[in-house]
Amino acid sequence: MAGDFYAAMMTVIFAKRCDNQMDVVVSTNPAAKKKKQPGFFHEVRKNWALFVMLLPGVIMLIINNYIPMFGVVIAFKKYRFHGNFFSSVIKSEWVGFRNFEFFIKTPYAWQMTRNTILYNLTFIILDLIIPVAFAIILSELRNKRMSKVYQSVVFLPYFLSWIVVSYLAHSLLNMQNGFINNSVLKPLGIAAVDWYKEPKYWPFILVFFHLWKYTGYNIVVYLAAITGIDPEYYEAASMDGASRWQQIRHITIPMLQNLMIIMSLLAVGRIFNADFGLFYNVPRNAGSLQPATQVIDTYVYTALRNTNDLGMASAAGTYQAVVGCITVFTANLIVRKIDKESALF
Amino acid sequence: MLRAKRVRKQNEISAVSNVIFNILFIIISVTCIAPVVLVLSISVSSEESIREYGYQFIPKAFSGEAYNYLMRAGDAIWRAYGISIFVTLVGTLLSLFVITMYAYPLSRSSFKYRNKFAFFAFFTMIFGGGLVPWYIVYTQLIPIRKSVWIMIVPYLMNTWYMMIMRTFYKTTIPESIIESARIDGAGEFRTFFTIVLPLCKAGLATVGLFCTLGYWNDFYLAMVFVNDSKNYNIQYLMYQTLVAVQNLLNNSNQISNMTEILANLPSESLRMAIAVISIGPIVLAYPFFQKYFVKGLTVGAVKG
Repeated sequence: MAGDFYAAMMTVIFAKRCDNQMDVVVSTNPAAKKKKQPGFFHEVRKNWALFVMLLPGVIMLIINNYIPMFGVVIAFKKYRFHGNFFSSVIKSEWVGFRNFEFFIKTPYAWQMTRNTILYNLTFIILDLIIPVAFAIILSELRNKRMSKVYQSVVFLPYFLSWIVVSYLAHSLLNMQNGFINNSVLKPLGIAAVDWYKEPKYWPFILVFFHLWKYTGYNIVVYLAAITGIDPEYYEAASMDGASRWQQIRHITIPMLQNLMIIMSLLAVGRIFNADFGLFYNVPRNAGSLQPATQVIDTYVYTALRNTNDLGMASAAGTYQAVVGCITVFTANLIVRKIDKESALF
Repeated sequence: MLRAKRVRKQNEISAVSNVIFNILFIIISVTCIAPVVLVLSISVSSEESIREYGYQFIPKAFSGEAYNYLMRAGDAIWRAYGISIFVTLVGTLLSLFVITMYAYPLSRSSFKYRNKFAFFAFFTMIFGGGLVPWYIVYTQLIPIRKSVWIMIVPYLMNTWYMMIMRTFYKTTIPESIIESARIDGAGEFRTFFTIVLPLCKAGLATVGLFCTLGYWNDFYLAMVFVNDSKNYNIQYLMYQTLVAVQNLLNNSNQISNMTEILANLPSESLRMAIAVISIGPIVLAYPFFQKYFVKGLTVGAVKG
């Protein structure tokens, strides 16, 4: 679901703009000014139907998001099951920061933090340069029909699940039958490589599959912004004798700049959240690859499901949630400084 | 004539760079498609040819063994496929219901608490409790992890899609229409279901396809919650099959003579055949997906 983040970001940004315009319209309407609503319950009585519409969503958010939010106290407790959820949370023994101490003492804490941040930084840089360059090239191709065909083809990987991607990786990298060992390395006279046992190759493999899956999607995002640029700018520029390259440098890129900055900063805000599907399924959770593939999300999952260590899992999860929250706020603060309209909150 | 063409096309990239860029994109396109083609080829290769030559783009010997097995004895696979279809259909309908209803009041500028409720939803994207409390909620507070609903309920409300839907309402539904419906005596629900939703078909299609893709491709809920093999969806079954092809047989009724079946199983091609049938619906619906995903992405960029 990580990829949806960008799509939504665009619409959220747009929705905020549209919100502000609407507010202006409303505030200039004298009829709206006159009414003063006394309070929440008055509003509920008056607009009960709208509140009923909100209800299913509110219930889902409470169950799915707000109750777990208060569940972060579990990280400070030695969680034991006592009858039901709430009494278990309350009655479990308070251990303070002991879970965190244990977690930080493991060699994994540093390893997974480093991996998460380094991979995400790489993704942020590459997701900026490559899709922008490709989107510009696609918009410049002479044959518009071919440009559409390319766009459709590169967008396809986005629609495949990470499980399918792990099958694709398997068919390329498998030791005995894999395409690379059999049909690329063997004819070149290079000995077969046991890809799923050699961590040194995995930074490249993971970056490749990330780009493979998301580049087409990001191209579509930037292409949408490029098609939104008023063609008059280009006409005026070419009238003044600007070459196509000059037009790209002085019109297209400056017009994309804000979007580029905002997308990158928002990704920076999520630098502590790794793409679980990529890091767990593509390397097939192979133990020997862990130095190169372990990220916070995969660690929390493994601690919960495979070793069933609630203390460790919740300490790591809470650590991620808190640090992640701080980075989102910081990134948003910077976005606000650059373009107030584009800030999330 | 050539010169005339050149003058007319003055404001384009040069012919040389056009050729270079086309070649570049042909290479990229092949990179995107090739792994999928490889999986398709493996699924129609015979086991012996795989054993001898490895996975090949053009199979040395074709064989329909894998698909034959799927048709004949793939109970566990078809069951998982059916669960995926059920989860996707029911999940998409229910989450469309939840999302469109939540987004509508937020799009009404006359609704006083719209920003409060927008923030209520939005805050969940900024801070979350993490996997463990979430896991405990669904195992102990609402114990649905043993039913298929566990693969539906957690994704019912999605703040991003809700925001997209709200944008669709704002751009396609003028307040005056809602106002005139009210003057004609229609209640909020009636206005919503008979006027607003039918006008917002593009929004429904966009968000609906987002949900469909999310449910169909989801393995995470199954990986976190599902233990019982009769509740595996197709993605999770594929995950299990890649771990060990034996997992396919756990639930099948010929469990008695398992070793014999395993020996005869076209395991390599069968695995890939499952991948192919799991991609099938997406490829068939790809034109729709593409159209509406691009629309969902551009709804902001163009009009903003």
